[in-house]
Amino acid sequence: MINSKITNKVAISFIRILAGIVVLILAFLVGYILIKGLPYVSWHFLTSPSKSVSAGGGISGQLFNSIYLLVLSLLISLPIALGAAIYLNEYAPKNKFVSTLRNSIEVLSSLPSVVVGLFGFMFFVLKFGFGFSILSGAIALTFFNLPILTSSIENSLAAVPNLQREAGVALGISKWETIIHVIIPAALPSIVTGIVLASGRILGEAAALIFTAGQSSPVLNWTNLNPFSSTSPLNPMRPAETLAVHIWKINSEATIPDAVQISAASSAVLLILVFVFNLIARRLGNVIFKKMTAGGK
Amino acid sequence: MAENVKEKAILTTKDVRLFYGKKEALHGINLDFPETGITALIGPSGSGKSTYLRSINRMHDFTDYVKVTGEFNYNGQNIYDPNTDLTQLRKNIGMVFQQPNPFPFSIYENVAFGLKLDNKLSKIELDERVETALKQAAIWDDVKDRLQQSALGLSGGQQQRIAIARALATRPDILLLDEPTSALDPISSRAVEDGLVEIGDKYSIIIVTHNMQQAKRISDRTAFFMDGNLIEVDSTKNIFLYPKEKETEDYVSGKFG
Repeated sequence: MINSKITNKVAISFIRILAGIVVLILAFLVGYILIKGLPYVSWHFLTSPSKSVSAGGGISGQLFNSIYLLVLSLLISLPIALGAAIYLNEYAPKNKFVSTLRNSIEVLSSLPSVVVGLFGFMFFVLKFGFGFSILSGAIALTFFNLPILTSSIENSLAAVPNLQREAGVALGISKWETIIHVIIPAALPSIVTGIVLASGRILGEAAALIFTAGQSSPVLNWTNLNPFSSTSPLNPMRPAETLAVHIWKINSEATIPDAVQISAASSAVLLILVFVFNLIARRLGNVIFKKMTAGGK
Repeated sequence: MAENVKEKAILTTKDVRLFYGKKEALHGINLDFPETGITALIGPSGSGKSTYLRSINRMHDFTDYVKVTGEFNYNGQNIYDPNTDLTQLRKNIGMVFQQPNPFPFSIYENVAFGLKLDNKLSKIELDERVETALKQAAIWDDVKDRLQQSALGLSGGQQQRIAIARALATRPDILLLDEPTSALDPISSRAVEDGLVEIGDKYSIIIVTHNMQQAKRISDRTAFFMDGNLIEVDSTKNIFLYPKEKETEDYVSGKFG
């Protein structure tokens, strides 16, 4: 009796220590990045373009590129992933072919991003002639993102109890309507979590983008909203260096004197960006959940 | 063998057999149900009572290896006809499950859900149907002031009565209940039972239960299942006081099960 009590206490303390180590490492990393970087972050830094040789450049282009690429690649990958996940979880028969398909998706999700980047470079940049562009980058990110998103959405759907499906069907609602009106809303909070995790990876991704979206940020005219104009920020055919690529570039081939500061500040901004995106996605998920479940037809 | 319904039947089933792969799990069930009143299906675990119940609204359709044969006649319509409109069938034959399974919606939306998708009902008609269904399920007084709150916040017993209201809202003729109170405490069970007795004279209610006291309390007829066979069906009084078959007598007197 005493023995099992002691073992229990030791085990709990051990687990607490392990959890503490994780929290400490995390807090140290976040704290370090913010303390090092935040002093250099200013309105000027966020809103002025980067400079290639002199000090005092900003990250306006890179910041916008990161967000724009994220939105574009989610626009492409989310509908495909949702459809694939619904098929795999709700309709696919349980046979060899489908389980092979599922395994392939899982293997794909651990594909090194530099491979995805080189593939994108050969295929979209060169073969299709998209050049170093937001479009090439977004498609490469989709390749990178799709397997993870599909798996995570499939898991979210699988976590909805079968009782809900039976309840829908027993009410005389078709399977499709049950999926749309019951299963997806019920899975939504966990789907949003999956999207947030995938987005964090997209925002932090550099290797896949170096070869596809490029490492240069052309001069942008923020008032030009014509997506076909070469100076418009919305033009998907222009090269676009993201924040993560920017950090990688100034660290590997610093041609500016204030590279250390800019890299530190960019890292802090990237971290905050991920955090803000996280908050927005969850808020949006709540709103959609309410829309889908109450009053919605 | 069994004594069947003398008055007009809303549902007749003849020689119902069900196969799990090659294994026969129901061995030719003949059972009829009157237009109103509560029929309890009792029997030990694995007797096939739930399996039989789920074959009535074709819930086995989703399991590939299950095959159902026999005659199911609902109001002159063959339930297993390939042309049967399953959506309409399941609106006419509602079902309530063992575990309370409200949708993650508001109470109002839960009950209105089956109505909204294909009926073009006005807001007033919809409100009225929801209120009627909730009253019939004896849950209106509990929830009338919080219809817009999530149904997930209700107790198990309340959730189960919401599930009954949800099934009643589409105005079915038959209500199937698969051990609806087995996950509930005695007080909640009682509330659900009272609700069922209230509506027993308007619907044909078929309830699977492992609780013999419950069958005694609420049902008009009782059917006793064992090993995939229907052993006996009669008025509830006769089954419990004057059973004709030895197995029935042993079961209701608590010798096994």
